[in-house]
Parts: sequence; C-alpha cells; structure tokens
Amino acid sequence: MTNHFLGDTAVLTGRSLRHIARSLDTIITTAIMPIGFMLLFVYVFGGAIKSGSGNYVNYLLPGILIITISSGISYTAYRLFLDKQSGIFERFQSMPIARSSVLWAHVLTSLVANLISLVVVVLVALLMGFRSGAGVLAWLAIAGILILFTLALTWLAVIPGLTAKTIDGASAFAYPLIFLPFVSSAFVPTATMPGPVRVFAENQPVTSIVNAIRALYTQQPVGSDIWIALGWCVGLLIVAYVFAIGTYHRRISG
Amino acid sequence: MTPDQMREPVIRVQGLEKSYKELHVLRGVDFDVARGSIFALLGSNGAGKTTVVNILSTLLGADAGTATVNGFDVATGAADVRQSISLTGQFAAVDEILTGRENLVLVARLRHLKDPGTVADGLLERFALTDASARKVATYSGGMRRRLDIAMSLIGSPPVIFLDEPTTGLDPQARLEVWQTVKQLAENGTTVLLTTQDLDEAEQLADRIAILHGGRIIVNGTLAELKALLPPARVEYVEKQPTLEDVFLAIVGNGE
Repeated sequence: MTNHFLGDTAVLTGRSLRHIARSLDTIITTAIMPIGFMLLFVYVFGGAIKSGSGNYVNYLLPGILIITISSGISYTAYRLFLDKQSGIFERFQSMPIARSSVLWAHVLTSLVANLISLVVVVLVALLMGFRSGAGVLAWLAIAGILILFTLALTWLAVIPGLTAKTIDGASAFAYPLIFLPFVSSAFVPTATMPGPVRVFAENQPVTSIVNAIRALYTQQPVGSDIWIALGWCVGLLIVAYVFAIGTYHRRISG
Repeated sequence: MTPDQMREPVIRVQGLEKSYKELHVLRGVDFDVARGSIFALLGSNGAGKTTVVNILSTLLGADAGTATVNGFDVATGAADVRQSISLTGQFAAVDEILTGRENLVLVARLRHLKDPGTVADGLLERFALTDASARKVATYSGGMRRRLDIAMSLIGSPPVIFLDEPTTGLDPQARLEVWQTVKQLAENGTTVLLTTQDLDEAEQLADRIAILHGGRIIVNGTLAELKALLPPARVEYVEKQPTLEDVFLAIVGNGE
C-alpha cells in the first residue's frame, strides 16, 4: 500500500488544511501570545533591557518566532487527539491506505499553519520597527532553521496527541517549550545571568537557534552557532520522529 | 471468484483470544459467517463485541487464534483484509468540520476511486442527504450522522461490512432507517457483521445470531434455532397494549 503514500498524504493533508481554513482562530491564537510578548518586552521592559544593539525589536524577534512555533505545535497534538477521540482515526486505519500518511498529514499541516503564523508575527514586528538588510540567502537559511525546528517540535507533539487521555493533557506539554526562550539569549544577553542559570541558558537549544537567526538577519558572521543550532534541530527531529513512530506502531497494533 | 470460494465462509474466526492486562475479554471465540448474510454478534456491554470487530478490521492484534476475512488472514494479510472491509465504529466516525459531501469525497479519494464527486453525489441521494450535503456535519442530527457514517463505509463496495452497534443512541425512526439500509446491503450481496445489545435488532435483521458471553460464543444459530432452545411456546390470551415505540411512531409519522 506504500505506493499510495504520497497520494494519501496529500488527500489527508488537504483535509486538515481545510480544518485550519475553517477555524482561522487557531492561527490567530497561535500568533497572539507571541505578539503580546513582543509588545510587552519592547514597550514595557525594553527600555530597561541593555541588549547591546540599538533596535530591541531586532534583538528579540528570533525568541518570539521560537515561542510562536512552540505554541503552534500544540494544535497538532490537539487535532490528532480529536481525530483519535472521534473515531475517524480508526476509520482511516481500517481503510486500505498507507497508514503512516495519517501522521504525515498532520505534520505537514502543522508546518503550513506555523509558517502562516510566523509570517503574521514578522509582519507585526515590521510595524514595530523590525528592519533587516539581509539578502535572500540569509532569509532562506532562517526559513530552513525555522522549518527544521517546527518539524522537530511537531513530531514531539505527535506523542502526546496519540497518548493523551484528555484534551488538556494533549496540549499542556507545550507550556514548558513556550517558556524555554525566557531562559536563553532570546530576550536578554546571557552574560548577566547567575552561574547555573547562565550555564543552562548558554547550552540549551534555543540560545544557539536564536543567535544563529539573529546573526543571519543582522548580517553578522554566524560562527559556530548555526552548526550547533542545526545539530540541535536535526537531533531533536530524529529523536522525536523515532519516538512518535514507535508510539504510533504500539497504538495501532495494540 | 470460484464456486468453492463462494461457499467458503467469508469470515472465519477460530480460537480467538485477547486479554487486556489481567482482563481476559476473549477466551476462545469461534464462528463463521456465510457470504452475503447478516450475522449478529449479541452481547451485553463489555462482552468483547468491539474487541472482536477491532481484531477483524486489523485495528487490534489477537493474543491467540486465527481470523480470516474474505480469504485473508488478519495477522499476515492485513492490507488485503483492509481492502475487503469497511468498519462503521460504535461512534459515528465522521469529520465534523467538513460537509457531508466532503466527507464522502475524502473517503472515495482515499479508496483511490476514479470519480469521487459522482460517487459522493450518488450516496448523498441514496441516503437522503442531498439537501444537507453542503452543510458542516457538526449541524447534523444523530440519525443523519449515522446515515453519513454508513454511506462512507459503502464507498468502494467492500464485500464485508462491520457495523459496531449501529443504532446505539438513535431515535426509533433513525433506527428503522438504519435497519432498512442494512437489509438492502445484504440483498445486494454484501456480508454484514453487526454487533448489538438490542435483542430486537438481532431478531429483525440477522440471518444468524451468536451470543458472546464470558469470552466465548455460547449460542450460534438462526432465530428459529435459538427459539427452539427454549421450552415450546404456550398459547395465552393477553390484551395487546401498544408499546411506547408504537405510540411514538404513530404520532410522529412512520413514513418520513
């Protein structure tokens, strides 16, 4: 049945995208929290934060983008949970389709939904004074990192989507992810943080991703940050994928 | 298909066992279902009816025993089994956010049919859903959902259909509609295995009835055979009171 994989995935992705088009609130709520943080940090805290560069919107945007993705992927867990609860998941599983296409459809939908939310957030940032002179290549690199990060977190979200017992449980796992950027270089330089916090902040994935994205659009040398960032994204993606597929196979062969 | 295959039972279940941790739900279930017949699996809540259906529809692995559907083993030929069946689960498995027509088109495309739109329109017509076809399923009544659910199961004309408690939660009128549909299916040669806890339903529909109790099939036969297990009927004169169902149907009108 794997010869139908692409076609089945396309059909099922079309279905989930239609869900999103009919409930645009999921895109809006995904974008609202990061935009709120952006307003709060730029107009309330921003004056007191010494980030080193003149334009604070330029400084904090990468962290805001990470928060956008972290809150966006909880909808993947949510939609997967609903499919499972409504029985349509079982219907698909009992049909002659490529079984893994059911998961891939949700993952691709997550990618599209998150990219839309990211564009919305970047547009708001532009209104707030975000400016970049970076070229197409730098932006492609930024898009690549964000896509990898979205895929990694989405596969992670598949696990609670498949295993959660309640709808709240399915989406609650995203909260710690949303707060990860706060203990990183996303909003303030890590140099001011006390010892252990600083060690954590400087060695967690968000810092290298944020630094790499920031360096790319401010046309600074990216140094080793981009390789560390890519390493984290790809590593996380592989681990999350393996665990998600494992969970899936346990569920469907129970 | 050779005449031999026609005579072979289309579903054959032998020694099926399944446990959930300490709970032995199925302790050796055996039954055959003849091609083109309606077979009712009767049992109380928790008797394991859904477990049997889930094993037959390849959603669940058995601990022991074998089951074949349309000549394919559910364990080793799962993909071929899925090609041969349709499952209508206990809860109408429809997509609430899509319209009725979109639901049908979705399933038709997943079954890789040539002209999904035409297939969908035909089924909408047949199940009296044409007027509601462009509405979101979230606005449908329970009976309409169930009709759509069954319509989705018929796409691609699989030779075997599993209906897991198809009328649970339906009002009497919707229940009659579902019964009508099931009878039509069997007349067209589809094999139907349905589970129910409603004795009346089994009596109305089934060619054969099996009672699942304590993890085993304790009785399996035609209605007449099952009745013969009881002491012969005595003739008594009792005033026939209309049942509440008779009253309900008389008042709201049976024809619609």
